[in-house]
This record gives sequence, structure tokens and C-alpha cells, in this order.
Amino acid sequence: MAPVKVFGPGKSRNVARVLMCLVEVGVEYEVVDMDLKALEHKSPEHLARNPFGQTPAFQDGNLILFESRAISRYVLRKYKTNEVDLLREGNLKEAALVDVWTEVDAHAYNPAISPVVYECLINPLVLGIPTNQKVVDESIEKLKKVLEVYEAHLSKHKYLAGDFISFADINHFPHTCSFMATPHAVLFDSYPNVKAWWERLMAARPSIKKLSASLAPPKACFVGDIWHSGITPLICMVLSCWYR
Amino acid sequence: MAPVKVFGQAMSPNVARVLVFLEEAGADYELVDVDFQAKEHKSPDHLARNPFGQIPAFQDGDLVLFESRAVAKYVARKYKTDEADLLREGDHSEAAMVDVWTEVEAHTYSAALSPIVYECLIFPLMHGKPTDEKVVDESLGKLRKVLEVYEERLSKHRYLAGDFLSFADLNHFPYTFYFMATPHGALFESYPRVKAWWESIMSRPAIQKLSATMTP
Repeated sequence: MAPVKVFGPGKSRNVARVLMCLVEVGVEYEVVDMDLKALEHKSPEHLARNPFGQTPAFQDGNLILFESRAISRYVLRKYKTNEVDLLREGNLKEAALVDVWTEVDAHAYNPAISPVVYECLINPLVLGIPTNQKVVDESIEKLKKVLEVYEAHLSKHKYLAGDFISFADINHFPHTCSFMATPHAVLFDSYPNVKAWWERLMAARPSIKKLSASLAPPKACFVGDIWHSGITPLICMVLSCWYR
Repeated sequence: MAPVKVFGQAMSPNVARVLVFLEEAGADYELVDVDFQAKEHKSPDHLARNPFGQIPAFQDGDLVLFESRAVAKYVARKYKTDEADLLREGDHSEAAMVDVWTEVEAHTYSAALSPIVYECLIFPLMHGKPTDEKVVDESLGKLRKVLEVYEERLSKHRYLAGDFLSFADLNHFPYTFYFMATPHGALFESYPRVKAWWESIMSRPAIQKLSATMTP
């Protein structure tokens, strides 16, 4: 069977979401890298895959998909095994809880955490735009409120949807990894249940281990006091994708 | 079996999102009001259902859920029949197309259209805040580009995920319903296939019934 194809800048966070799911279910894939600077995502060829001109797009045989969460769900559903069932669609209640916390990531957690990543890493390091501290401060305040909810929730459950790891947890990886490379990573120390959940995920998941191992060395290192040994390679991956 | 409970008002677009699927399924449900003026959404009782203090929340027996799209999926799965299968989870390709266009509604369509609903209806009517025409104009620009893509898609397929009505189509109902009540509803006239698709959704008996409860 031909490997599935993922079209997009190799290390963008939405591409990472899809790649993690592919690794989790053990499906062979090929990343078709795309040059956003050259506006490759607006080419007729790419628009035929994703009519909104965004990345990633995805191909499995004749099926072409876009929207990283939709692609991820397809992968986890089609290639699910007895050991790796991250959607739990066979159980109404479990599937609903996976969906709830997947939505929370999309609508509450990600919108609070991503501006910090953009302002502290992407803008200064890649785009040469100075950090907008006001945006960072406002986002940190929003993130604290979200983490309070997570802290209470994770005091009752090992993972977000219950005592099993799921798509909901996996969805949090890419932007949380990036956040851990900012000066604000230390925020998680104030939320011990959240921190423990994060460390549990980092320690255990095959997708993280595999993607870390395939990284090129970073072109520049972010020097700080926030390295954790398991996270370092992934932070470098995230940073190197934004370096030229 | 006790009816399921939805906490919130039918006029709230995200509450309506859940009610669409309950009405389509002909399911028995109870709508429990949450009094925003009295800050009931921040009460311990409500926070126990939705820790972010938002609406809707939902209860089916001892299962408590929040996030309208997650609740809506639960409803669509629970009440699925051979005739009414809005998620198509039995067919990988069909389910994937449903998910794609559900994500498009959440991240692209609503991102362009809902600011117009907020600026033209919700802010002036509910918060006495004036319409910010700059936001409206920017959103209209984005929405036109989105509708171009929809027009093209609906020229090839009767509905968004394919030739079958799905979860993706019905998710468009609440915010589009309110958009039609703004001065900009006529925008859809420029996109005949989108307009026809919208009219076919509006003509559904469940949607007619729900629309009547959403009109002030």
C-alpha cells in the first residue's frame, strides 16, 4: 500500500497534529514539504487539494482531505487497532468526552496559549517583529483561567477524557511544546496536576519519541533555564521549523 | 427514559446548535433556562456542568457534557438510525468529508460570518453597543471569499460532505439564521447554489420548528 501523503511545511503545528496521529497508529507516511514563502499553498495544484489555500492537505489513495483535525480523525478511525483507539467511537460516553476536550483545546486552550508562542518565538525569531508584551500578558491571564479548569479536572482524571489517553490529549501537544520553549513555561509549575499530565504524555507517547528522533539539529538554540530532557528535541523541532 | 436536558436559551446560537440535532432526531428533551442577568452561568451548579461557565451544558442520565459541537455529535450518534445517519461513521471516506466541512464551519465560515451577527444584532440589541462597521466590512470581505469556495463545492455536490445531508450542513444553521436577520443577508443572492442549499436546510420541518423559538 502506498504511504499516505501529508502536504505542508514539514514542522508546522497543524501538520504535527496529523503526523502524531499517523505515528500513533503506525501508518507509513510521506511529508510533501511546501514553501509558503513561495506561495505554494495558493497554487492551483494545492487549491485543488485545499480550496481555502491552507495547510495541511492529505491524500490516502483517491481520498483527499484538509483541516488537520478532520484528517487526524480519519487516520485514527480508519487505522485504529485494539491497542490504539484514541477516538473511542465504539463507546458513546467515552467518545463524547474525547470530543468535549478536543473542542476545549480548539476554542479555549489553543486561543489562549498560541498568542504567547507567536509573540515570544515566531514574531521575534522568524519575522523580526518585536514581542508585543501586552498581548502576551493578556494571553497569560486567559491561559491561567483555562489552566485552573484543567487543574481541577486533572485532579479527578489521569487524562482529559478519563483514565485513558485520547485524541483530546494528543491535540494539546504541538502548541504546548512550543509554549515550553518560551520564558513562560514555568507557569505550569503553578498547576501541579496539569504539569504531571503533561510529563506523563511526554514520557509515554510513541509519536513524541519518533518525531523527536527524526529531527535535524537546531540551527539556533533558545538559551534558557526551561529545558526538560524529553522536550528539548521537540522544542528544537518547533524552533527549527521557523528558522531559515 | 428521562428526557435529556439542555441548559441555556434556544436563542443562543450554540444552544440552538444542539437543539437542531435533537429536533431532527425527534428526541424528547427539556430546555432548562440559565439566567445570565442573575449570573446563573457562574453559579456553582452550572460550573459543575460547564467549568468554563458557558452555555450550553447538557445532561443525559449521569453523563454531563459541554461544548456545543461535542454535545451535538453525541446527540447525532445516540439517535442515529439507518435513515438518519448524519455522521456516517460507518464509512471512512464519508465520515471524513463530514468532519472536513464541520471543521470548515467551525474555523472558517463562522469566523467570517459570526462577527457580522455580533456587530449587527447581538451587540446593539443585547448590550446597547453600537455596530463597528469596520469589523462588518472586513468580515464581509472574508465571507465573500468563503462563499466563493462554497458555491464551487455546491456546484459539484448537493450538500457539503457529498450528496447526503450531514452533521456538517446542519451545523451552519444557527449563525446563518441570525445572519439572515442582519442587513447583509442579501449577500447570499450572489451565490445561487449556496442560497439553494440554505433554503433546503430552512425548509426542513425540524428547522422550521426550531426557528420559531429563536425569533424574538
